[in-house]
Amino acid sequence: MKRVSSGDRIFYILNNAFMLLMIAVCIYPMLYVLFASFSDAGKLMQQSGAMLWPAGFSTEAYKAVLKNRMIWISYKNTFIQVFLGTAIAMVMTVMCAYILSRKNLKIKKLINIILVASMFFSGGMIPGYLAIKSYGMLNTVWAIVLPPAISAMNVIVMRTSFQALPASLEESASIDGASEMHILFNIILPLSKPVLAVIALFYGVAMWNSWFSAAIYLDKRDLFPLQLYLREVLINSSTDAMMTGSAGSAATDRVAVSETIKYATIIVSTLPILFAYPFLQKYFVKGVMVGAIKG
Amino acid sequence: MKTRSKGKHSPGVWLRELADEVREHKFIYIIAVPVLVYYLLFYIKPLYGLMIAFKDYSFVKGIVGSPWTDHYGFGHFMTFLQDPYFFRLIKNTLAISCLGLLFDFPSAIILALLINEVRSKHYKKIIQTATYLPHFISIMVLCSMIYTFTGRDGFVNDIIAMLGGERSPLLTRPELFRPIFIISGIWQGVGWNSIIYLSALSAIDPQLYEAASIDGASRVRQIFSVTLPGILPTVTIMFIMRTGSLLSVGYEKIILLYNDMTLETADVISSYVYRRGLLNADYSYSAAVGMFNSIINLMILWVTNYLCRRMSETSLW
Repeated sequence: MKRVSSGDRIFYILNNAFMLLMIAVCIYPMLYVLFASFSDAGKLMQQSGAMLWPAGFSTEAYKAVLKNRMIWISYKNTFIQVFLGTAIAMVMTVMCAYILSRKNLKIKKLINIILVASMFFSGGMIPGYLAIKSYGMLNTVWAIVLPPAISAMNVIVMRTSFQALPASLEESASIDGASEMHILFNIILPLSKPVLAVIALFYGVAMWNSWFSAAIYLDKRDLFPLQLYLREVLINSSTDAMMTGSAGSAATDRVAVSETIKYATIIVSTLPILFAYPFLQKYFVKGVMVGAIKG
Repeated sequence: MKTRSKGKHSPGVWLRELADEVREHKFIYIIAVPVLVYYLLFYIKPLYGLMIAFKDYSFVKGIVGSPWTDHYGFGHFMTFLQDPYFFRLIKNTLAISCLGLLFDFPSAIILALLINEVRSKHYKKIIQTATYLPHFISIMVLCSMIYTFTGRDGFVNDIIAMLGGERSPLLTRPELFRPIFIISGIWQGVGWNSIIYLSALSAIDPQLYEAASIDGASRVRQIFSVTLPGILPTVTIMFIMRTGSLLSVGYEKIILLYNDMTLETADVISSYVYRRGLLNADYSYSAAVGMFNSIINLMILWVTNYLCRRMSETSLW
């Protein structure tokens, strides 16, 4: 290690301290929600300012959330949408990227034009809605999983990584008489597992977080994904359904309980992402890097 | 795109070539079918449907059957220019995206520069893990956290009360909507958006730093004379992309956070399209507003790209 001048040392210390602050700012809101969700409803009401530990301890809120039927239904719907949506998107994206990684085909040029055009200009919200409506897809899962099946950005990332594979592999395979199908399934895909994982995660997380298409295309509550149900509970503040039969009946009690229920709902609905986070982070960063090469 | 001279490729020759290609690359053309169908259904059809922006669309008459509007079909566009909300929408949209450009955009660059100056690899990793985390929180959860934290009994109001201020639900105050929107956006995106700059940073030649420190440049000085110039091309590209969406603020967060009391500062073009189009079923008019929006976006993108190419040799195309 080289000698560090005193000016530089001050800079390093300040910088490290600032970074510590950044960590706190990023993590603390989530911790606050976690603490609040385990807090006793009454004590949480009196609580003011920062919280370093749950105020009192109670799992009532979690019991209320988990007893609720809608949370399970919407969880199930979200899982269906995530798996179905990601599977469809992966098949479509691989096909699109493979076509674009070929050389000088007429179809490649056509799809390339459409892809680039779609990045800069699209019909927009209303014509998109009317198109889906005209296909009779309202109130079906297809309205949620089909439209986002090809994301131009993801196709470009995948195509770039397909093209980065050594050309000699393909050449020798085609000299041996391998078909284009064979090359895709037995050479390109097995060698592209990392990028496939990255793109699948991109689609999966996007599906998990999506709520707007569900809000405009679905009005049957039995089809609601988790995020849309969260809107009812968290933003439109309808926790009544969960409070039936819970202990408090006085008005203030109900308000208090409703707060902890909200916090518990946030935790319950974020848990899968938090568990997957270390995994997600590693692959997502890789994906951003791959995308960055192409710019 | 360059137009091909027609003499070389007559339609007959082109078709024969196509037939040869299909025969030779059967698999490619087979898998192209679902891709084309997808684009036809979910891209071309809505583009075609954009025609309703020039018509008075009614569900019964359909896209083709509906009558054209006056002003040679530009009736809805003319109406929008005279819409009482026109200036408010443009002002809000520009204000929110310019504030984003001013604060949100540099924040990721600054964070990347500072993370780069952390010398312990371990600490660096912890910082990255922590700052990327908010990116994975869904927009719904983010907004509900904003609601609870800024509510009357929320954490932010606790701090305001502690400092001697008055408690109030902050999301009902028009003057606070933009700061809340921008700050929460920075919180969620700063770490994540820094990744691309960090990867650009790692590509800078370490010899440049050595040379600079032999010349007696301090770390702070090196940031400005080595690191920043090193990532400037990446910054330029990101800047162009950002300006291309200057007039399209993410409506998802807006429509979750705004309410009647904050409309005057919060309502942007896309949220207006959503309200008029989907809530009031005013399809033609809102399609026209949306189209107006994306055309202006394209124009801004083109102009910025042109300016950047002139000034810095770095550009999107």
